[in-house]
Amino acid sequence: MNIAELQKKLLIAARAEVPDDRVPYAFEKRVMALLASRPVADKWVLWTRRLWQAAASSAAIALLLGAWVFLNSTVSSNSTDLAQNFENTLLASVDQSDQAQ
Amino acid sequence: MERTEADLIAAVLRGDAASFEPLVQKYSPRVFATARRYARRESEVEDIAQEVWLKAFEKLNSFRGEAPFEHWLMRLTVRTCYDFLRGHQRNRESAFSDLTRPETDWLERFVTQPDTAAEIADAAKLLVGRVLEKLSPPARLVITLLEIEDRSVREIAQLTGWSVPLVKVRAFRARAEMRKILMTMATEKYL
Repeated sequence: MNIAELQKKLLIAARAEVPDDRVPYAFEKRVMALLASRPVADKWVLWTRRLWQAAASSAAIALLLGAWVFLNSTVSSNSTDLAQNFENTLLASVDQSDQAQ
Repeated sequence: MERTEADLIAAVLRGDAASFEPLVQKYSPRVFATARRYARRESEVEDIAQEVWLKAFEKLNSFRGEAPFEHWLMRLTVRTCYDFLRGHQRNRESAFSDLTRPETDWLERFVTQPDTAAEIADAAKLLVGRVLEKLSPPARLVITLLEIEDRSVREIAQLTGWSVPLVKVRAFRARAEMRKILMTMATEKYL
């Protein structure tokens, strides 16, 4: 079968088919009714809704940060001070010589 | 005195929604004709047309008035049809084994005596509809606009929002995709 010829013939057939431009009865009335029934986007309502969303997310972030700070302070108070560790390591030889004497 | 399109659009933008109705009345035939190229069922065609007008109302403030309103509306229509095609890809899954008797006869006539298989035959129109339904959404859109509606690459780029090179690439791929579908059909029917 000659596929290229078939493609050509079918495209000619498609070109010959002019689509119907008939519009259903009272279509424009239906569109207008749909537009009228849609909720009107009041900018104050949108603003209030966004403020509530922002308040909720801010509260969540504040809670998370609070928990993180609390946990961090508990951990650091239990652990040995880094400066103290450093000093012990640095002066370990002096301490050992003191003990030997 | 009859109001011009520009007057009607300005009135809608000022909040007079009723001025939108004459626009819907005037351009709906074009919207419906375009939608019928991509959707077969009448309920789907109506859904597309409705969607186009709701979008047109919502986005009317983006219409700058530099080009005719009809061009702006057609861009919106083509893009809505493309969205429809992307959302209804399941239609592509049908097999060629369920061809009707006239379609099979037309194909057989094409195989035996290609010159006698008339392009204007109803069976050929049905067959091409089937083939188009099997194409991927971008391929179907580009074949329809380029090969069936005979539009230029530049026009297609404006309608679809794709770049000119992208339209060319998609047109090349679409023709190849169509040939592949025809090959599958030939194999299913005659091997």
